Amino acid sequence: MTKILNIHELEKTYTSGSKKLTVLSNISFEVEKGSTFSIVGPSGSGKTTLLGLCAGLDHPSNGTIELCGSKLEDLNEDERAQLRNKKVGFIFQNFQLLPTLTALENVIVPLELQGNKNAAKMGMELLQKVGLADRFHHYPSQLSGGEQQRVALARAFSNKPSILFADEPTGNLDEETGEKVIQLLFQLNKEAGTTLVIITHDLDLANRTQQILRLKGGKIMSNEKTMEINE
Amino acid sequence: MKKQWRLMSNLSSRASLQWLFKMAWRDGKASISRLMLFMASIILGIAAVVSIQLFSENLKQNIKNQSKALMGADFIIDSRQLPSKKVQAIIDSLNVAASEVNFVSMAAFPKNDGTKLVKVRAIEGDFPFYGTLDTEPIIASSQYQKSGGALVDATLMLQFNLIPGDSIKLGKLTFPIIGALKSVPGSTAVSSTVAPPVLIPFRFIDDTELLQLGSRKEYQYFFVATPKTDLELLEKKIDPILDYENADLDTHTSTSERLGRRYDNVSKFLNLAAFIALLLGCVGIASSVHIYIKEKLKNVAVLKCIGATRKQTFLIYLIQIAGIGLIGGIIGSSIGVGLQYAFPYFLKGFLPFDVQISITAQPLIMGILLGVLMSVLFALLPLLGTWYVSPLEVLRGTDENLVKPRKARLFTLAAILLFIFLFSFWLLKDALFGLVFTVGILITFSIMAGMASLFMKVIKKYFPSNWGFTERQSLLNLFRPNNQTMVLILAIGLGTFFISTLYFTKDILLAKTSVENNSENANIILMDVQAEQNEAVVNTVISKGLKVINNIPIVTMRMYQIKDKLVNDIRKDSTSTMNQWILNHEFRVTYRDSLLVSEELLEGVWIKKREPGESILVSISDNIARDADLEIGDQLIFNVQGVLMETSIGSIRKVDWGRMQVNFSVVFPIGVLENAPQFNVVTTNVQNEVNSADLQRDLVKKFPNISVLDLRQMYTIIEDILDKISWIINFMAFFSILTGIIVLIGSVKNSKYQRIKESVLLRTLGAKSKQIIRITALEYVYLGILGSLLGILLSLISSQLLATLLFKEPFIPSVVPFLVFLPGITILVLIIGLSNIRSVLKSPPLEVLRKES
Repeated sequence: MTKILNIHELEKTYTSGSKKLTVLSNISFEVEKGSTFSIVGPSGSGKTTLLGLCAGLDHPSNGTIELCGSKLEDLNEDERAQLRNKKVGFIFQNFQLLPTLTALENVIVPLELQGNKNAAKMGMELLQKVGLADRFHHYPSQLSGGEQQRVALARAFSNKPSILFADEPTGNLDEETGEKVIQLLFQLNKEAGTTLVIITHDLDLANRTQQILRLKGGKIMSNEKTMEINE
Repeated sequence: MKKQWRLMSNLSSRASLQWLFKMAWRDGKASISRLMLFMASIILGIAAVVSIQLFSENLKQNIKNQSKALMGADFIIDSRQLPSKKVQAIIDSLNVAASEVNFVSMAAFPKNDGTKLVKVRAIEGDFPFYGTLDTEPIIASSQYQKSGGALVDATLMLQFNLIPGDSIKLGKLTFPIIGALKSVPGSTAVSSTVAPPVLIPFRFIDDTELLQLGSRKEYQYFFVATPKTDLELLEKKIDPILDYENADLDTHTSTSERLGRRYDNVSKFLNLAAFIALLLGCVGIASSVHIYIKEKLKNVAVLKCIGATRKQTFLIYLIQIAGIGLIGGIIGSSIGVGLQYAFPYFLKGFLPFDVQISITAQPLIMGILLGVLMSVLFALLPLLGTWYVSPLEVLRGTDENLVKPRKARLFTLAAILLFIFLFSFWLLKDALFGLVFTVGILITFSIMAGMASLFMKVIKKYFPSNWGFTERQSLLNLFRPNNQTMVLILAIGLGTFFISTLYFTKDILLAKTSVENNSENANIILMDVQAEQNEAVVNTVISKGLKVINNIPIVTMRMYQIKDKLVNDIRKDSTSTMNQWILNHEFRVTYRDSLLVSEELLEGVWIKKREPGESILVSISDNIARDADLEIGDQLIFNVQGVLMETSIGSIRKVDWGRMQVNFSVVFPIGVLENAPQFNVVTTNVQNEVNSADLQRDLVKKFPNISVLDLRQMYTIIEDILDKISWIINFMAFFSILTGIIVLIGSVKNSKYQRIKESVLLRTLGAKSKQIIRITALEYVYLGILGSLLGILLSLISSQLLATLLFKEPFIPSVVPFLVFLPGITILVLIIGLSNIRSVLKSPPLEVLRKES
């Protein structure tokens, strides 16, 4: 199968004064196009740093990242932003909706960035899918946490991404709401045929993906296919 | 692949300009309350600049009109003799509107056999073209030409108990007196008037037989200029030609300049007020946008995460800020214009004149441009943050990795300084002053930033760990991450600095106008007081309950030799560039041992007394030095009524001729002229017209040879101008101070968003209202005191520099800024600070967080 994400001997270090702190070292793995993939590990294991690097939000100290066929080290900041806009979707633990924009405006931002003229219509369809069509004109502060995350889901899928990165998507939600959001996430993912990369503490959630990468102390502990795949 | 992304990137940028405006609008719409504070700073700053500029233009126009009224025309050509062919050709080419010949002559009053030295002004044409012939009855001013009568000085008529219908004999002709002349343009200058004016129609002048060959007379030709005429250029081009022909050109602008430094200083002050109002607006913008953009960085990171480029995110907020600047500029300019129209309504009963309002386009266009420019420039530093914010912040939630680009910041700061320089240059029309102002602002800003930084370090180093919780929290707020110390001390400090500077400067100028307006200034000058009459004249003045202000000895003389050339030879020398008036002028010279307040020593040494055997070192005014090309040490021989007196130039003085006092071109030291034939000038101050007439009647009766010059009419005009000036200074200072206070309110109000989360967190953890109030109150009190104290102390230095370098006046600091501004601004900062957390105290924490986010 085609590889959509190819990480090779990745290393990330931070320098603080004379001290050098290695957050990630010798990280290599691949993610197949259309698959579901999870990265798990305790706090401080380097999960979020790895996600940032994979999505081109940060620069590695060493190693290479190939995302959607592009070598990230060859691209400048704006080219990376364009790559994200065309090929990548994001879901964050804190939802990260723009507080000054309505639900619909939040959803259509990636489409408008592409110059899509049907952005509003497509945005409404996505809000319909996540069950929030009647709340399209509400600002994030007028929505509950679960509703905000559903708007974030609609936004993440709005640009029909090839790969979707989800950082602790249920971390700020209660169990029941979290479950609904996850079901919606998998459902939308299946419909769109998107590659899904999830960072989570939740092993049950990780087990619903096709492959799990375990991190500890900035190193890969294991990288295995899961036995059980939730449909 | 890389090429493909570049292409996509370019296509996307092109397609998204409309989207950028849409995003700027969407985001701005939701942040309208915060942006309103930011816009308020622009509106007030621009309103102040536009209203001051327009008002300044109108004031200039009004004073210009008054200077025209003093002259009665736009410009005059005058000559001591009938114009030569060349001069007549110039007069004809300039389209003369009216003319006169004037001379001093004795007048007789058949009614009571009285006689008096008067200045006869024989006029042809509709003079004056500006100002009025103020007569009693009013109709007399328009009738005297037609009916062939005379208008006689009102005080003179009082002295001789004359009424309209009586007659006055001038030479061979007797004229009926048509009316009393209260004021007439051209009869107010001390130099030209030693006798009261009498106006008659020009057509009778030959019949009087007073214009004998050799008698001292002056021909004047009055002109009205078209609006496009450049009077300065005209004077520059024609005056040298006229000079050579023993004629002279005077424009009303040079007359208004002669009104003295008072007007210059007011103009400078108004420009300073405009400059300060705009800078206050800039302080407001910088502090508001700093906090506003800081709040937006998270949004920028999210946008970058989902694919927006650096340029796009930067442009969204740049468009927003420029848009607010444009709207603020338009509203501010409109308010500035509105204020112009509102002035006459506000000022009824205050202003001694009707303000003629006219709106010129330049201040309006400048207002709108300035609104956009100042918004963008002063927002650029915080805006740069959007360029460099990393999308990683979305995941991390901190700004610790935020790059602070040194080059871009330096470039922005340089652009801001250039803006300040260009703006001050536009206002002051002087590159050096503009540079000094800009450097001064930079130094003030640096000192304040340095002091704020030092303040934080000192508190951190000597932190009082044993203090109570609330006191420690309030101190911690001053230096911990996310503190607002630097921003608020700069905003409060600069705001107070500008307000206090303006207040001190206002005092400098108003002190001057009040000093000059008191009874210590002479308004009656008694000329030709002979040495043997001096004591009796002084006693007469004192017996009327009046004070003798000056008793000045005067010796008349002419130049005989300048350097090594006889004056007669210079007259004949066609290559000489020397100004002709020097050669023909009868100098009225005095001797004394000290300089007057209207004089300033420019070169040489002031000689108090000449000891026997020493050479005579005289002091000359700078205009003589310039016109006769004289330097220190040059020889001058005077003809003192037949006796030649050899002198050298000991010093050169700058003389403020605009001051209402007896000034001299040449001053001798004591010990030279005491025995020369001389007369005295005695000056005093009378309260009103009746007192003036009473004194004059008495003096003329006892000492018929004495000429009495009443300056009260001149004073009335000067006092009118000073009244206007005082009012305008007070109003503009008040307006700019109000701007400063509103900017301060805006800056402190914006700091709300810095503190609200902390306060909510404390509330969540169980802090009582009292504790939260105490923590907040103490923080704002520290900031208020430090900021305002720094501002006032630095304004003392700036005011001293302004007083010395710009206004050239002494500076005595008022205590008002210390007693009123320091506590007032601190309390204001405290009240706004506490109002910022009101919602935290009244509502549940979660509700506050939802509402404020």
